[in-house]
Amino acid sequence: MLRGEDFELVARDELWDCTTCSTCGLRCPKGVKAYDLIIGLRGQWIESGKIPTTLRAPLTATLNQGNPLVLPREDRSLWADGLNVKNVADGAAIALFTCCENAYDPRVQPMPRALVNVFRAANVDFGTLGLEEQCCGSEIRRIGESGLFEYLRDDNIEKFKAAGVKKMVTTSPHCYNVYHNEYGKHEFQVEHYTQTVAQLIAAGKLKFGKKFKATVTYQDPCFLGKQNGVYDEPRAILKAIPGVKFVDMDRARERSVCCEGGGGRMWLEGTNTKVRLANDRIAQALETGASVLATACPFCFLTLSDAVIATGNEEKIKVMDILQIANQVL
Amino acid sequence: MNNSALVVGAGIAGIQTALDIADAGFKVYLVEKEPSVGGRMSQLDKTFPTLDCSACILTPKMVDVSRHPNIELLTYSEVAACRRNGEGFQVTVRKKPRYVDINKCTGCGSCAEACRLKGRVTDPFNAAMGKRAAIYVPFPQAVPLKYTVDPTQCVYLTRGVCGKTLLCKDACKANAIDFTQKEEFVELNVGAIVAATGFDPFNAALKPELGYGAYPNVITSLQFERLSSASGPTAGKILLDGKEPKHVAFVQCVGSRDQTTGNLYCSRVCCMITVKHAHLVKDKIHDATVTVFYADIRAFGKGFEEFYDRVRAEGVNYRRGYVSEIFKRDGKLVVRSEDTLIGKPIETTADLVVLSVGLVPRPETNALAKLLGLTNSADGFLAEAHPKMRPVDTAIDGVYLAGCAQGPKDIPDAVAHAKAAAAAVIVKLRQQMAHS
Repeated sequence: MLRGEDFELVARDELWDCTTCSTCGLRCPKGVKAYDLIIGLRGQWIESGKIPTTLRAPLTATLNQGNPLVLPREDRSLWADGLNVKNVADGAAIALFTCCENAYDPRVQPMPRALVNVFRAANVDFGTLGLEEQCCGSEIRRIGESGLFEYLRDDNIEKFKAAGVKKMVTTSPHCYNVYHNEYGKHEFQVEHYTQTVAQLIAAGKLKFGKKFKATVTYQDPCFLGKQNGVYDEPRAILKAIPGVKFVDMDRARERSVCCEGGGGRMWLEGTNTKVRLANDRIAQALETGASVLATACPFCFLTLSDAVIATGNEEKIKVMDILQIANQVL
Repeated sequence: MNNSALVVGAGIAGIQTALDIADAGFKVYLVEKEPSVGGRMSQLDKTFPTLDCSACILTPKMVDVSRHPNIELLTYSEVAACRRNGEGFQVTVRKKPRYVDINKCTGCGSCAEACRLKGRVTDPFNAAMGKRAAIYVPFPQAVPLKYTVDPTQCVYLTRGVCGKTLLCKDACKANAIDFTQKEEFVELNVGAIVAATGFDPFNAALKPELGYGAYPNVITSLQFERLSSASGPTAGKILLDGKEPKHVAFVQCVGSRDQTTGNLYCSRVCCMITVKHAHLVKDKIHDATVTVFYADIRAFGKGFEEFYDRVRAEGVNYRRGYVSEIFKRDGKLVVRSEDTLIGKPIETTADLVVLSVGLVPRPETNALAKLLGLTNSADGFLAEAHPKMRPVDTAIDGVYLAGCAQGPKDIPDAVAHAKAAAAAVIVKLRQQMAHS
């Protein structure tokens, strides 16, 4: 199939259905990674030059502006306005890496701001890469633009080296996964924020003074849970927050269901628009009696927040990132 | 000179090995860690492909080992140490305290009736499908039919006090209950040792997508045996919460041939176990729909293919494809799979899902292997000396393997392997006699 023999790729729109959640590969008893085949086939399509319309601007902008949101490179740090976060290059133990979504999209900009507050409350020495920060390339690779991904990877590794990054904490599971598993050999250590914050709580360095009175359930981001086995840390944070009554959904952890935000699906519709997994997830979250659906991923936050509105449940349930809840109880 | 052998494990393989060696005129010490002999076979309802009742063909052999003049039974005991002693071995066996004097206990069961925890202790013999007391016999045909106090559950043993007076002790007319019992060590000199320590069923919770542990109506094939068994918690009626399931799904290859669990081997028995179970469902619930999800059917033994054909003629649906997940929708279990013969994803609802779990090595076997100097094959089972020409020998002269300790086997293969191990032991003991 990858050689293109007897298989016409273009117009096989179902190729864009896959969210690259990776469940197929994780469950296959013979180790077949079907999602890798899909990514490879997408690559053939992209290479043919017939790039789907809604992908053209994000891909061009990622090359030119370092983000797929088609926003200027010089605005990368606007999310941190007024917070006086130092630059890693000036010396810091931890580099806080914001996902492009967190950096530019006002709906998810509060998450890195909250992480700054959490880090400061726990006396963590951290900084950002400032305007040197750019897209990690995770979704670019999954769209099939492997050339652009390789460019971003090499460029980023050099930038991290120049800034002296030893340990990085990401706001998105997607950035965490790509640095952890797909950047090849590199010299920095990477954690998703849920791992770092859970450690701070366990070590007694982070304490919550206020209460968050609510029944809370949690959506496992695929790139954090299924793909990297980080199931306990997000739950440990939620359970450590005073006032939180934590309940898991029936389908949680290894049995969780994707929100459909990954694998380039932020820019592409699949062929089966009648089924929205995010809508199903809201229904499943409501079954638990929770009034807050927590997550730890900007894509999950956006798809699930849209699903709350689409299903008309704004009065019943609210989607929040774990960081937003933690920030409220500092 | 040494005229005796030690057999470790008293399942069907260990029992058969012990009987054959004893019949040849040698003394056999048969060590079993559980309170009764019988092993996994005692938990089974029927046996494939002939549908003989498992207890009916096993129990006479259990009685035989207990009555054989050349067999000394050491139940509720474990091998604690083993040293070379000339051509043979000096073995230390630890006898765990039963807290019941087996010379006095009549097996009447008054103690279990009186126990404070009666009907409250999860019963491992019933694969957690039923409850028992903290003092128990594992099953009614147990050999020896003597009660044992479960030290992990007994209120007196775990907390030091159990009400004003010990109810079991009060109830025992034979005055057999003795909480002062301590473990004892027995020294044995033997010329040969057979490891017949059997297998464990695969822990289905390691495949979380199949919903075992999350949904009470997803059970393992061993649990189905207990549900279907006349001596089981439902007296042989297939009932869940008192209701007969009408749609039953079976999932093959759970924990076998699976890289995600690291068990790359075929467990050899699960296909036929499911054929048998599918038949039992059809036999007991005539209007039930039964669907089996399989990858390949391995019906290689005598009468197996014929049995497989028979259940399909009975209306059991076989659909080829791995099950990707089992979840709940509108209160019903949904089994999601791909039918690889039609190339389409399919969903089936079910009231009961039975996971046909594979066979894995017992973790305790590795402790014994260490004491005896045995090694494991790549699959984790004990390694034989040669995969074709020396199937019961090991790298250690005088130590042999019998049954599923060496790898998954059905009952006829386990018995054949056991008889081969017995023959090897008899040869070894004869040679030792000739040397002396």
